[in-house]
Amino acid sequence: MATKKKEEIKGSFKRLVEVGRLVLINSGEDAGKLAVIIEIIDHNRALIDGPTTGVARHAHSFRRLSLTDFLIKGLPRGVTSKVLKKHLEKEDVLAKWKKSTWAKKLEDRKKRSVLTDFDRFKLLKLKKKRRFIVQSEIASLRKAK
Amino acid sequence: MAHAPRNRFLVSGIPRYSRSKVYAKKALYKRKKSTISKLETKVETTKTVQIKGNNNGGQRVIPLEKAPRFYPAEDVPLPKKSRKVNNPTKLRATITPGTVLILLTGRFRGKRVVFLKQLKSGLLLVTGPFKVNGVPLRRVNQAYVIATSTKVDIASCSVDKFDDLYFKRENKPKKSNDEQEFFNKDQNQKKEVSENRVADQKEIDKQLLASLKKVPDLLDYLRARFSLSKGQFPHDLVF
Repeated sequence: MATKKKEEIKGSFKRLVEVGRLVLINSGEDAGKLAVIIEIIDHNRALIDGPTTGVARHAHSFRRLSLTDFLIKGLPRGVTSKVLKKHLEKEDVLAKWKKSTWAKKLEDRKKRSVLTDFDRFKLLKLKKKRRFIVQSEIASLRKAK
Repeated sequence: MAHAPRNRFLVSGIPRYSRSKVYAKKALYKRKKSTISKLETKVETTKTVQIKGNNNGGQRVIPLEKAPRFYPAEDVPLPKKSRKVNNPTKLRATITPGTVLILLTGRFRGKRVVFLKQLKSGLLLVTGPFKVNGVPLRRVNQAYVIATSTKVDIASCSVDKFDDLYFKRENKPKKSNDEQEFFNKDQNQKKEVSENRVADQKEIDKQLLASLKKVPDLLDYLRARFSLSKGQFPHDLVF
């Protein structure tokens, strides 16, 4: 079993452009939204769709999207939105994405961008407090050693 | 939806349609013109004067200003009448009484202060309060200020007595040309703040602090100076 899994890794790339790959759109009006590759059109573009994320089915340049770690395994080529929706819900890829560090970082960035000046100051104070607790704990542990 | 402009340039500077053509095309004659009628104020030009003597009719109407005895031989060009009006300064919508502002210029730059009210001259009346961060009651231009979304309750503050006149400088006594005095003068003499101002400041500070203390962290916030750190851009920030 273990050996078989090793064989599946292709080359040194871990994220490949392939049908069923979950992608994050980088720019344009859909920036920040997720979609799935339905079909590869040529070496520049792919047909992507996001029935549950508000992305219309359209051709998208690879330059304007990022590949994620997540893949809908066994997704047939060129499926309709309806079928894709079923696959998405079955595999629950979006929930997996939300748990990833990448998604959490994006979430944090969003939270930070809406902080007001006063909020930023309060955050600064809390960070100071945390730093003090951590550092004093480290110091006491060092002494005990 | 607005359409593309009807007029276009044949070559740069020469439009396809004349001004009157555009007027007709845009149907500007349909536009409603609204004007505000000027208030008419009657200015007295004559006055009645009592005249003594029996045969003089008792009283006479004479002009207030005497007609000049001589006319200028040459026409003197009159300066053009200016129709410009100094409109009162509009207060930025984000600034309301009690808003915390960040000062951007002057010796208090970077300080966070409380906005109290707008004065007649259009300047903003602010204070630190003085007890918290050392910014006294002071006038600032709203152009040199960042308005934050933090608001403070200043209902308990009485700021009616502060106007532009309050901040007018006192006339200095004229310098004498006495050489002796010039050399004897203490160069480091500090300007003293008048007792009135000190008392007013104390009063305002007391009123403000009562409400400022109610919000946690707010006093520390006002005490701290504002600055940008690495990777922070003011146009990207929410204040």
